[in-house]
Amino acid sequence: MIGWTTLLLLMSAATPILFAALGEAIAERSGVLNLGVEGMMITGALAGFAAAHATGSPLAGFVAGAAAGAAISLIFGVLTQYLLTNQVATGLALTMFGLGLTAMFGRPYEGVKAPSMPGGPLGVNWAIWLGLALVPVTWFVLNRTRRGLILRGVGENHDAAHALGYKVRLVRLTAIAIGGALAGIGGAYVSIATVLQWTEGMTAGAGWIALAIVVFAGWSPWGVLAGAWLFGGVAVLQLRLQAAGVAVPVQLLSMAPYLATIIVLVIISARQKYRGRGSAAPGSLGRPFHATR
Amino acid sequence: MLQLEPRAATPWWLAIASPLMAVVATMVAGGALFALMGFDPVASIRTIFWDPLFGPASGYSRPQLLVKAGPLILIASGLAIGFRAGIWNIGAEGQYIIGGICGAAVALAAYPAEGAWIFPAMVLAGAAGGWAWGMIPATLRNWTGASEILVSLMLVYVAQRVAAWMAFGPMRSPEGFGMPGSRNLQHYPSAANPELAAGTGAHWGVIAAGLAVLATWFLMSRHIRGFRIRVAGMAPRAARFAGVRPETLVAFCLGLSGALAGMAGLFEVSGPGGQITDSFGSGYGFTAIIVAFLGRLHPLGILLAGLLLALTYIGGELAQLMLQLPAATVQVFQGMLLFFLLGFDTLTRYRLRWRAAK
Repeated sequence: MIGWTTLLLLMSAATPILFAALGEAIAERSGVLNLGVEGMMITGALAGFAAAHATGSPLAGFVAGAAAGAAISLIFGVLTQYLLTNQVATGLALTMFGLGLTAMFGRPYEGVKAPSMPGGPLGVNWAIWLGLALVPVTWFVLNRTRRGLILRGVGENHDAAHALGYKVRLVRLTAIAIGGALAGIGGAYVSIATVLQWTEGMTAGAGWIALAIVVFAGWSPWGVLAGAWLFGGVAVLQLRLQAAGVAVPVQLLSMAPYLATIIVLVIISARQKYRGRGSAAPGSLGRPFHATR
Repeated sequence: MLQLEPRAATPWWLAIASPLMAVVATMVAGGALFALMGFDPVASIRTIFWDPLFGPASGYSRPQLLVKAGPLILIASGLAIGFRAGIWNIGAEGQYIIGGICGAAVALAAYPAEGAWIFPAMVLAGAAGGWAWGMIPATLRNWTGASEILVSLMLVYVAQRVAAWMAFGPMRSPEGFGMPGSRNLQHYPSAANPELAAGTGAHWGVIAAGLAVLATWFLMSRHIRGFRIRVAGMAPRAARFAGVRPETLVAFCLGLSGALAGMAGLFEVSGPGGQITDSFGSGYGFTAIIVAFLGRLHPLGILLAGLLLALTYIGGELAQLMLQLPAATVQVFQGMLLFFLLGFDTLTRYRLRWRAAK
């Protein structure tokens, strides 16, 4: 039976991916493919943990996580938008750099405990509520405001947007920074609210799963929510099976989120390919923009 | 305002200078980072880049250069081919792990028999394992259009868990007193991949890396398939009109790079690594991506880049020992190097021009 505690566990497991995937969806809707989500999340996880530990306030941790995620995402932003580097390679570099940097500066925090998260309404902490609230907000901003329209226009066809006088690079840089901040919050949630301590590489691929969720979601915020909950469900199922002592080795059970990601990705891609629905991907996704005049 | 203007052609000297500038910039930025952390920047950089080759303990560290460079070059040679065609295999780490497991499986099945067939069979199994693991993203992309980037990367996490399962379960050594980890293949003469000439660090994997450099050079500059790969990367539409099937290229590139990564894993498990453990993957598959870019996707460049990144591994260990620098220093260096490399690469494609703002 799915009880309230199970649902809570599911939402908690889904929250880091929800934040990161919402951020990546915003960046991708502006036409930027940032593969550095994992690097931004781990940076947010460490910065958030360090700040929460120093001040004793989880809120300060989340703010620091967002700031650190946004700051490191700007390296990617400047390189891809102003130096026109390849987005795939630059995103990979961001992930490697983030993982290395946090492993280097995270040593003093190993074995330290995080301050406790205050509970919220219905026993759900406010970070989960914030994640849930961000879904309709993101949808509204993207689809019902002028800024959202400009962002989507830049992502669909950057040459046309440029010809209309919109600042393509500035719009994208903003979207990248928002994506970085949200990934940073997602990472901070992992260290402050779920694991309650810092360990090297603790995001364990959540950033990559978030990237897959964006594709699954068809670049829509509501789809992102569905995808994140699906993965929360897989994570809870894995924990429950493990606790029930199923005769499957732990190592094989822990493959579940990654295998589920592949399966979901394959189903969605196949549907787009064979049902003739076409990909919902923004038209300029991953393409560098170089203004000739 | 400073603006970028596309170049019609890259001057040859700039193509060589840009990776070198990136290396120098990484050293400067790395030194600044060390100074910030309270270490002597000059001594740190010297310990990482100079001492392993010419320092007082270089007798021990020099052979390590080939030990570390071998797998990097072998993997990067394969990856570079795909990158040229715009096919992104970023899961070489997983193919490396599965190759190691498959090769070790042959050895463990044959144990304790001795025979000259065992090692070649292991190499084949390693290559086949890596090939198969690489063909998963290739097949899924060809059938359904699923991104090979995400699938190959997800399979790294899966492969790491397969290795952990093997080390704790099916492959656990019966003589290991219950400790996780397989038998040590270094102690099994028919399966061991020892140093071929004392003091060089060269094992069969290093020879294979050398052959891979030659073979990929031939493929890319003398063979029709290499030509097709380059065209597909530069002008995908033109390639399609010329009859190049993208599906074939995807399968070829992912399969080949998977096979090479799998072989690298096999040479590691039978040589320097010795056994399958739960932490068998050591990041070579990811570092090889940097090697491929630093070498500008060219076989000769990859050879030199592989040696340089091997040096950072050894220098990083030395700096950890001598100066108590954190172990993750190398990772930070590698990440920075890739950033600088991509940044300086812009200069090879664009010219900087000063224009008055309107």
